[in-house]
Amino acid sequence: MVESATETTLRFRDDEPHDEPAVTLDAFLAEQTNATAVRLEAGEDARALLPYLDRLALVEVSFPTFRDGRGYSAGRVLREAGYTGELRAQGDVLVDQLPLMRRCGFDSFAPQAEIDGEALRRSLDRYDFRYQAAADAAVPVWKLRHG
Amino acid sequence: MYKYDQYDQSIVDARVDEFRDQVTRRLAGQLTEDQFKPLRLMNGLYLQLHAYMLRVAIPYGTLDSRQMRTLASIARDYDRDYGHFTTRQNLQFNWIKLEDTPDILARLATVEMHAIQTSGNCIRNISSDQFAGAAADEVADPRPWAELIRQWSTFHPEFSYLPRKFKIAVIASDEDRAAMRLHDIGIQLVERDGELGGRIYVGGGMGRTPMIAPLIRDFVTADDLMSYLEAALRVYNRYGRRDNMYKARIKILVHEIGADEYRRQVEEEFLAVKALGIDPPAAELARITAMFAPPAFDTDAPDAVDRSDPDFAVWLDQNVRAHKQLGHAIVTISLKPVGGIPGDASSAQIDLVADLAERYSFDELRVTHAQNLVLPHVRKADLYTIWQQLTDAGLAEANLDLVTDIIACPGLDYCSLANARSIPLAQKIAVRFADRSRDLGELKLKISGCINACGHHHAGHIGILGVDKKGTENYQLSFGGSGAEDVSLAKITGPGFDEDGVVEAIERATDTYVALREEGERFLDTYRRVGMQPFKDAIYG
Repeated sequence: MVESATETTLRFRDDEPHDEPAVTLDAFLAEQTNATAVRLEAGEDARALLPYLDRLALVEVSFPTFRDGRGYSAGRVLREAGYTGELRAQGDVLVDQLPLMRRCGFDSFAPQAEIDGEALRRSLDRYDFRYQAAADAAVPVWKLRHG
Repeated sequence: MYKYDQYDQSIVDARVDEFRDQVTRRLAGQLTEDQFKPLRLMNGLYLQLHAYMLRVAIPYGTLDSRQMRTLASIARDYDRDYGHFTTRQNLQFNWIKLEDTPDILARLATVEMHAIQTSGNCIRNISSDQFAGAAADEVADPRPWAELIRQWSTFHPEFSYLPRKFKIAVIASDEDRAAMRLHDIGIQLVERDGELGGRIYVGGGMGRTPMIAPLIRDFVTADDLMSYLEAALRVYNRYGRRDNMYKARIKILVHEIGADEYRRQVEEEFLAVKALGIDPPAAELARITAMFAPPAFDTDAPDAVDRSDPDFAVWLDQNVRAHKQLGHAIVTISLKPVGGIPGDASSAQIDLVADLAERYSFDELRVTHAQNLVLPHVRKADLYTIWQQLTDAGLAEANLDLVTDIIACPGLDYCSLANARSIPLAQKIAVRFADRSRDLGELKLKISGCINACGHHHAGHIGILGVDKKGTENYQLSFGGSGAEDVSLAKITGPGFDEDGVVEAIERATDTYVALREEGERFLDTYRRVGMQPFKDAIYG
């Protein structure tokens, strides 16, 4: 269920919101490797964080415009490497893109503009089946067909 | 043919519901046009010069009579009684109202059709060889692989906002009838030690910077296919250019970092992705392949054809090709009547072709990237009656691969991007050369109304590009392109022409070809042997 941590963040996690401010990737790698929250800009390499995943509690990925899809890959790279902390999509996050982000492992959203709760519910509940395996728990159709 | 199960149907039905919701929010003003645009585009709905255009997906160009009749019914009920078959083996309706689109999609869903990902910066409809399952020269039917890719790519969560659109073609013959190496990814199925695998080419395309895709992996088995494609796309999604939409296709990335470096990155990514278990089991490909089993051919079908009607014999020689089953043939129905609009078909014609497919071709039809239709599995004994019925419907033009079998984009008559008209020029050329077209032999002429190259002019033996020159339409002429297995990119002849001038120039070029050709040479072969100069001299001398 959608649980709102703050006025503007949508969270799909049960743990307490992480309140340490996120540092930039450059700062994290250069001097603040004890930080527990990092922000990735759209073009930055999520793989640079892989050695530090066990100490991170929050990774925030920027979506400067909804057309910029690099963050989807960043999310999956982190989840595939075993990251279990909060993964937040921040920026031009819209209701029609949010289900795809959920499938790429994002479990927290800080949209620039408010998202209509009813439209979001419809959007998240709409598809009963998914063709492909991704970073969420959905069972792909081929597995349903063949067990 | 592939048949939906409950899962496929549920997904397509949900898509109709989703788009209905999006249209409702747009009409209510809850979505701005800027926000709505990528959503409608991902469902094939474009805003053209005069109206909305809806592009319906025809996966790998295969459909049955029920689907074909549904297209005709939509043309009748929601459009101006015709549809336009495209170079992506799809069908476009040109005069659609936004508020009708949810109902149109709902009707399409009743016959296992949709408009998913026929536009937008996502993985588009998978194209294939229109002779798949019928061609004598294929190692396997490529469509099960195409269907596997269709499912994997549908609503792919990571690859729905790529830097730019992404087109994949799958073929299984050495003869390339699908312009495979001019796709973002081209796959040729080959056999190695008794096993089927895909030869993967990445980074081809037309547009403003045409490129022929280099070979990136020489063999990928079906077991690894999804992981490999996921890796290939992920490298592109992460590193493809997003600063300039004209440099955003994967061909630019592959060109800028080089095929070797791209290959290295994909292999590295593949190792990581392969461990995730995202590849469907062999049973899934087997399930799909079973649906593409060859129809129950009449093994006693006579192989002889009565050629006594001379008009029929001409059509037979031009539009009918060899089938792998004795006594059968592949019929191409030309949508290029001389003086007509390339690729257009009326709803009555669409219905007739559906009837012919149902009655004579095991209920199967194909759309070709050259904007024609195919009856893939016809008994030779039925050819004459088919030809008669096509003749009555104005569909028996005997011009497959001739100069009048022109690929043309919609151009300035419809398209908001176009600089020049394509259709009237195609009509003019067809009329001018109709009488000598058979003597000129195979001559693929392709026209684009702007630099985006939707009319494949880079791949034309003769290519024409319409440009805007100080407010007037101007046409650049080029020679020597090919989208076939002898793939090459056409070269510009020199300064451009006005509409009459370009027709004149083509006439001089074809006269030059006739004067210089050696036995058995096509226009393209003569051009390749003698080079541009003699043609240039004739045109500009």
